[in-house]
Amino acid sequence: MAAITQAQTNTAARRVGRARLRDWLDGYLFTSPFIIGFLVFTAFPMLYAIWLSFHKWNLIGAPTFVGLDNYIKALTHPTAQLSLYNSAFYTIFAVPIQLIISFTLALALTQAIRLRDLYRAGFYLPIIVPLVASAVVWQRVFHPEFGILNEALGWFGIPPAKWLFDPNLAKPAFIIMSFWMIGRQMVIFIAGLGNIPQSLLEAASIDGAGPVRRLFSIVIPLMTPLIFYNCVIAIINSFQIFVPALIMTDGGPQNATLFAVLNIYREGFQFFNMGYAAALSWELFVIVIGFTIAQFAISQRWVYYSD
Amino acid sequence: MATQTMTPSLAATGQHGSRRMTRIAGLVLLQIVMTACLITFLAPTFWMVSSSLKASTEVFRHPIVWIPESPQWSNYAKVFETLPFAKFAWNTFVVVTLAVIGTVLSTALVAYGLARVDFPGRRIVFALMVATIMLPEIVTLIPRFIMFRTFRWIDTFAPLTVPFWFALTTLYVFLMYQFLRGIPKELDEAATIDGANRWQILWHVILPLCKPVIATIAVFALIQHYNEFLTPLIYLNKLDNWTLALGVRALNDSNVANWELVFAASTLMLIPVLTLFIIAQRYFVQGIALTGFGGR
Repeated sequence: MAAITQAQTNTAARRVGRARLRDWLDGYLFTSPFIIGFLVFTAFPMLYAIWLSFHKWNLIGAPTFVGLDNYIKALTHPTAQLSLYNSAFYTIFAVPIQLIISFTLALALTQAIRLRDLYRAGFYLPIIVPLVASAVVWQRVFHPEFGILNEALGWFGIPPAKWLFDPNLAKPAFIIMSFWMIGRQMVIFIAGLGNIPQSLLEAASIDGAGPVRRLFSIVIPLMTPLIFYNCVIAIINSFQIFVPALIMTDGGPQNATLFAVLNIYREGFQFFNMGYAAALSWELFVIVIGFTIAQFAISQRWVYYSD
Repeated sequence: MATQTMTPSLAATGQHGSRRMTRIAGLVLLQIVMTACLITFLAPTFWMVSSSLKASTEVFRHPIVWIPESPQWSNYAKVFETLPFAKFAWNTFVVVTLAVIGTVLSTALVAYGLARVDFPGRRIVFALMVATIMLPEIVTLIPRFIMFRTFRWIDTFAPLTVPFWFALTTLYVFLMYQFLRGIPKELDEAATIDGANRWQILWHVILPLCKPVIATIAVFALIQHYNEFLTPLIYLNKLDNWTLALGVRALNDSNVANWELVFAASTLMLIPVLTLFIIAQRYFVQGIALTGFGGR
C-alpha cells in the first residue's frame, strides 16, 4: 500500500497522527448511514413535529401559527382523553397478564416433557401470522354468532357474549387477543431459563429447598433482567396498538377501542389536522418515554444483575 | 427448535422411588396441560386455514365445522378475481427485497464502524443508536409523511424502502454489534499487517464470519417489511401500488358476507412467511434470544 510505505519514511509521531486521522475518517464513513439516517428520518422529523404542533395546517395553503392551542386541545378534548384512557387501560391489563402467561409457558417448556421444540414452535407461530391476517381472523373469532370463542365458551356452559359489539367487552377482547401473541416474550424467557446455572438449583435442592422455593428464591430473581426487558418493550408496544383496532372495530363501539394511535391516524390522515395530530403524537411520545424512564428508575429496586 | 437449552428442572432429581414416581406423574400432567394450551393457541390459525376451504354456507353452520366436507379450492381463485392479488404479491416482493438488502448492507457498515473503529463521537453515536431502539415510532409518523410528500414520494415505494438503507431499524445494528464483539480483534490486526484496508477487512474477513447474524437480521427484516401495514396504508393510494397487507384489509372491508374469501386471502398471505419460519427456524430463535424482537 502506498500510504504505508510513505508513512514508514515519516516520523513515528506523524505516523500515529495520520493513522488516527484515517481512523476518524473510516469511523464517520462506516457509521454515516446511521448518522445521516438518524438526522434525516428521526431527528429532523421530531423537531419538525414540534414546529408543526404550534401551527394549524390541513396540507393546503400555508400553516398558521396558533400557539399552544393544539396542546390545550390535546389535553382537554374528550376524544383525545378517551383515546389515551383506552390505550392506558389496554396496556395496564394486557402487559402483566402477558408476562405471567409467557413466563409460565417458558417454565413449562423448559421441563423434561416430550416434543418440547414442537410446542415452542406452536406457541411462537401467532407472531409469524401477519398482523392484518391475525386481525381479520380474530374479528371473526369474536363474532357473537359464528365465532369460535363463543362456541368454545358454550362447551363450558358460558353464555355467548357480544365482544367487539359490546362497549364493555371490546377492550377486554383486544387484551385477550394480545395473549395469543406472546411468542416473542416466551422465547426470551426460555433463553434466559437455559442460562440459569444448574449447579445453583442442585445446591438449593440438597439444602432442602422444594420446587416452589427454588422458583421464587433462585429462578425468578435471576430472571428479573429479562422480565424487566420484556415489560419495557411490551409497554412501549401496547401504548401504540393500532392495526387490530383499525381493522377489527375502527374504534367502535362507542369509541371503546379508539386507541391513541388510531385517534392520531384519524386526525392526521382523515381530517388532515396535521398540527393537532403532531401535538397528539408528541403527547403520546412523552407519556411512553415517561413510563420507560420511570421503569428504569424503579428497576434498580427489583432487578437483580449478577455482575 | 434447533437450539437446545439446558433444563433448569424445578422438580428435584429424587433419590427415592416414590419421589421419582411423583415427578413422572407431574410431567405427564404437564404434558396434558401443555397440549390443551397448544390446541387453544393453534385454534384460530387452524380455523382460518380450514375455513378458507369451506363453502360459503359452511362458514355459518352450527356447530362449527372444523374440517370442510369438500375443500373448495376455488375460493383461492376467487381471491385473485376479486382484487389483483398477483400484483399485490409482486409489489410486496419488490418492497421487501429492497428494504431487506438495504437493511443488511447499512447495518453491517454501521455495526462494524461502531465495533471496530475508534473515532471522536463514537460513544454519542452508539448511545443514539441504542436510544433509537426504544423510540416510540408514533412521534415521526406525521412529520415523515409531510416530508415524504414534499419529496413527491407518495404512491412510490420510496417511503417503504429508502429509509431502511440508512440503518433505520437500529435494533439490528445492536444485534450485529454484539455479534462483532465476539469476533477476536486479532483477525483484523493480522489482515492489517497483510496490507488490507478496513473495507477489505469488512468484506473479506468479517462478513464471512457474520453469516449467522446476517441471516437472522435478514429473516427478521423480511418478516417486518412483509407484515408492515401502517406505512403502505399512508403512502400507497393507487390500487396498482398496494401490498398484500392492504389487499387483505380491503377484501375484509368489501366482502363482509364472504368469510371464506377473507380467510383464503389471509392464508395466502401466511404461506410465504410460514414456509420461511419452517426453513429458517433456528435464525428466529437465535435472534430473539439475543434481542427480544422478531419482525414487529
